Amino acid sequence: MKMNTESSVYTIVYAMILVVIVAVLLAVVNQGLKSRQEANARLDQQKQMLVALNQDYSNSDPAVLYQKLVVDTLLSEGERANIIRFEVENQTKYVLRLHGQGLWGGIGGYMALNDDKNTVFGINFNHEGETPGLGGEIVTEKFRSQFFGKHIKDVQGNLRSIAVLKEGKMADEGQEQVDAWAGATITSTGVSEMLASNLQEYSEFLNDGHTECHKSPICEKMKQDCCQTKAGTECCKAEKACQQCKCENCDDCKDCCAGGCEQCCNNGCKDCKCCDKGKKCCDNKNNDKE
Amino acid sequence: MALSKKTKEAFLGPLNVNNPVLVQILGICSALAVTVQLRPALVMGISVTIIVAMSNVVVSLIRKSIPSRIRIIIQLVVVAALVTIVSEVLKAFAYDVAMQLSVYLGLIITNCILMGRLEAFAMTNDPLDSLMDGLGNGLGYAWILVAVAFVREFFGSGKLLGYQIIPDSWYVANGGFYENCGMMLMPAMALILVGCIIWAHRAYNDKEAK
Repeated sequence: MKMNTESSVYTIVYAMILVVIVAVLLAVVNQGLKSRQEANARLDQQKQMLVALNQDYSNSDPAVLYQKLVVDTLLSEGERANIIRFEVENQTKYVLRLHGQGLWGGIGGYMALNDDKNTVFGINFNHEGETPGLGGEIVTEKFRSQFFGKHIKDVQGNLRSIAVLKEGKMADEGQEQVDAWAGATITSTGVSEMLASNLQEYSEFLNDGHTECHKSPICEKMKQDCCQTKAGTECCKAEKACQQCKCENCDDCKDCCAGGCEQCCNNGCKDCKCCDKGKKCCDNKNNDKE
Repeated sequence: MALSKKTKEAFLGPLNVNNPVLVQILGICSALAVTVQLRPALVMGISVTIIVAMSNVVVSLIRKSIPSRIRIIIQLVVVAALVTIVSEVLKAFAYDVAMQLSVYLGLIITNCILMGRLEAFAMTNDPLDSLMDGLGNGLGYAWILVAVAFVREFFGSGKLLGYQIIPDSWYVANGGFYENCGMMLMPAMALILVGCIIWAHRAYNDKEAK
């Protein structure tokens, strides 16, 4: 039987059959290979962490080595582990996950800190598509090794991150710096910003028990936001984390956020019931209006 | 099995006199993107060769049944499916390579060499000829990429396949006299190099023809 391949019915049926065949094929391939791909992705992350920990895995199975060194996950975001504790030669090391933006796409990496949560033990970078020979060179030993032994905090113990700067430029006082990669300005800036923002994100962990509370920027900020109940709780958490602040009655934030409440009051007095002072202040204000 | 003259021509033509990059000026954009270093250029060349050959064969097999009004879409579906499968397989069995190719792998779908060969050759020729044509065009594309990448990586970073070729002590930074040519790392340089190859290629082939 000779089919008329130009008829509309044939065309539509043909397209439908083809699409179904392709869809089934792709689904089968995807499902069939999924576990292998996930294992690969996991192994790749583990290898990157091993590189950040300055471990040479060329003569051994990286997965085995990883299992030998890893202790536990301290902070995770969904499936992703952000802070992982390792034990290398009887010393505790923390590996922090970094993620940021380069010139063409995302950049990321892992930073390994000594147990003082300050000295960089090792670091590793990866990127999605930075220019090979320029931004792509951030993965090289030459760039990475500049970070070894640097400190992410100043002498007072404030979190400062590490600046990536062009040769000749100086970082702010108290902050340590490394040289940017020549010809890769935007990628280098991306690395610098990635470090600053990610370390800030982990500041609660990094500052734990080491920084004076009222000096830590996050604590200051939290105090201001304290009127909103949710932030108030977090404020207390942050305060608690910092040893010098005492915030015992967390639920109504009596001492901790008095200043914040007053401020909130002045700003329109909507939900200022988180502490007595604030409540009173609000009542007064409302009475004035009436 | 002796190959017929036409089959041989389908394979050998694109390597030289009918080169997709040099003569048909196809696939230029990817030649810019992946030729800063030799390794991605090699992998890209091989991937394109495999995908052109496979999609040529598939389209050639079903060419008589394809309704002409939607033939381009059918070709596209075949190419996209193959590219997706290749990328999944790479992710499962050669993760490093897949990561290195990242977006470029997906971009093979839009490589004009593929659509060009499917439309111009596979739609009207039998599977064996189409396979040869696909391999020829893929390799014709690959050798240009490799040639450009060789020059760019060697002069741009003093390396080949990631290995340092020019001794460290030659560099100005280490008290030597040599400096890498940063210009080579810029995309424009790929165009200029392709232009030079086209120039040499035309000059040579015109002489032959006379």
